[in-house]
Amino acid sequence: MQVASSVRSIPGFSLLAILCLVILYAPLLVVMVYSFNDSLSITIWGGFSLRWYEQIFFGLEAEKFQKAAWNSITIAFMAAVVATTIAFSAAIGVVRTSPFKGKNLNISLLSLPIMVPEIVTAVATLIFFSMISFKLGYTSILVAHIVFCIPFAYLPISARMQSIEKVYEEAAMDLYANRKQIFRSILLPLMIPGIISGFLLAFIISLDDFIITSFVKGAGVETLPTAIFGSIKQGIKPDIMALSTLLLLVSTILVTISYFLSRADLKNKLN
Amino acid sequence: MEPVYHQKRAFDPLRIWLLLPSWVVIGVFLLIPVGLMLLISFMTKEFRGGVIWEFSLAAYDQFLIDRGLFGDDPPTIEWTYIVIFLRSIVQATIATIFCLIIGFPTAYFIATREPQNRTFWIFLVTVPYWVNLLIRTVSLKFLIRDNGPINEFLLSFGLLSEPLGLINTNIAVQLGLFYSYLPFMVLPIYASVERFNFTYSEAAADLYADKWSTLRRIVLPNVVPGIAAGCILVFIPSLGAFIAPDLLGGAKNFMIGSLIEEQFKGNAGNWPFGAAASMILLTMVLIALLFYTRQQSKGEV
Repeated sequence: MQVASSVRSIPGFSLLAILCLVILYAPLLVVMVYSFNDSLSITIWGGFSLRWYEQIFFGLEAEKFQKAAWNSITIAFMAAVVATTIAFSAAIGVVRTSPFKGKNLNISLLSLPIMVPEIVTAVATLIFFSMISFKLGYTSILVAHIVFCIPFAYLPISARMQSIEKVYEEAAMDLYANRKQIFRSILLPLMIPGIISGFLLAFIISLDDFIITSFVKGAGVETLPTAIFGSIKQGIKPDIMALSTLLLLVSTILVTISYFLSRADLKNKLN
Repeated sequence: MEPVYHQKRAFDPLRIWLLLPSWVVIGVFLLIPVGLMLLISFMTKEFRGGVIWEFSLAAYDQFLIDRGLFGDDPPTIEWTYIVIFLRSIVQATIATIFCLIIGFPTAYFIATREPQNRTFWIFLVTVPYWVNLLIRTVSLKFLIRDNGPINEFLLSFGLLSEPLGLINTNIAVQLGLFYSYLPFMVLPIYASVERFNFTYSEAAADLYADKWSTLRRIVLPNVVPGIAAGCILVFIPSLGAFIAPDLLGGAKNFMIGSLIEEQFKGNAGNWPFGAAASMILLTMVLIALLFYTRQQSKGEV
């Protein structure tokens, strides 16, 4: 039996797993470290400094970055709220109703925005807005973001919903609870962690999008990623590394919250 | 036991209304736009970007056939765009293979940890995915530049006599794609290895002496669906990638994404041609997905 269990540990796999993490994190850590570099040159280490952070908040380009950050955050918030609502509603329709014809088709439709390559979605959306003569700008970005946020909100919501057994609502129905009561006192409270998790993922995905945004933003409106892209065309400057570090931390914090929510969930289930 | 008297469930009567918002939003803002894109690819281009509503096969013709500068030479095959598509397929394939080489052992290693440690490992692998792709690619570019930290390090220790010169090469693009989509390879493989019942391999250990053959003959066939899912999740976004080739590849290593993007930027663009190239990319992705679902359903039988 010694040999039998050993297929669980293959020599070298642990090293490759650690290598995998090093590959994933090294570039990010390097950029984080260099964002605190005092030197003007991005190659030479000139001591610790917060000057680049100061520059993105108070420097020459501060206004541009603040405007871009405001656009990014408000769009991400609204897109995530709408996408989460749509995804939640669709998840009840797919998961909490009896099996129906076209169920799989509905699930495929909900994941379609992930399946279509981003650049294709970007082109199609640009063509659509220009055909209906819709002015490109803040609103067109928001609409495009809602669409691709839906699957990211749907995945954790439907996963959570599938884990809630139908006996609760059956018991409630036996007690003559109406649909509104079932929704308000059973489904919604049990779904809260899934909804928050879906919202956070949708929010991050919207905050991070570059390709689709750059197609449908029109002239003059920038989000953080498009502003960053515009700046690095002339080379990677230290203030961009500071900005990237901040954005990186925001994403990491939100993902961590989402992770702990689903973990707390898991523990509740086990108890 | 299923209670029979609850055939109808509470939300059954509302189903259509619950699903309607998703149909409308995805239908109007994704399906109709893709339909319009298909239509545009058969129209005539306008010279300052945009289209003239006249049926034309010019976009597909330009893609495949070279008729010379004035359009009156005998038609020959136009290789420029075919080469860009082939290059994209090759780049995406190489990136997928590298992701598999690193991703499989990682996923396998994580799935064989103690259950309470697995989610933390998976968390560590997924965090980078949620970090802005643009920032990750910029970080990679910063790291592998000619005067970036890696080259500086190797040069200062005398391990190199001149910088590696990675930037603006095919290799840099492959590295970028690999780096972008590596977490996509780990997750589905992890899920399928975790589901694998290791008691099978205990039985097999009596038959095959060493663990490599047990891994190859018993575990691998059982986790093929996860590997296929990982490959498709890396291959599809790599094929249409724009950021990695644009930032790391330079002008010579054009991929489909950059070709498409160029048709819609500024006044030099050609919308029908860009739409046609997008349709061809979408078709390739659909074929890959079809191939994948076929293979997955075969695995279930």
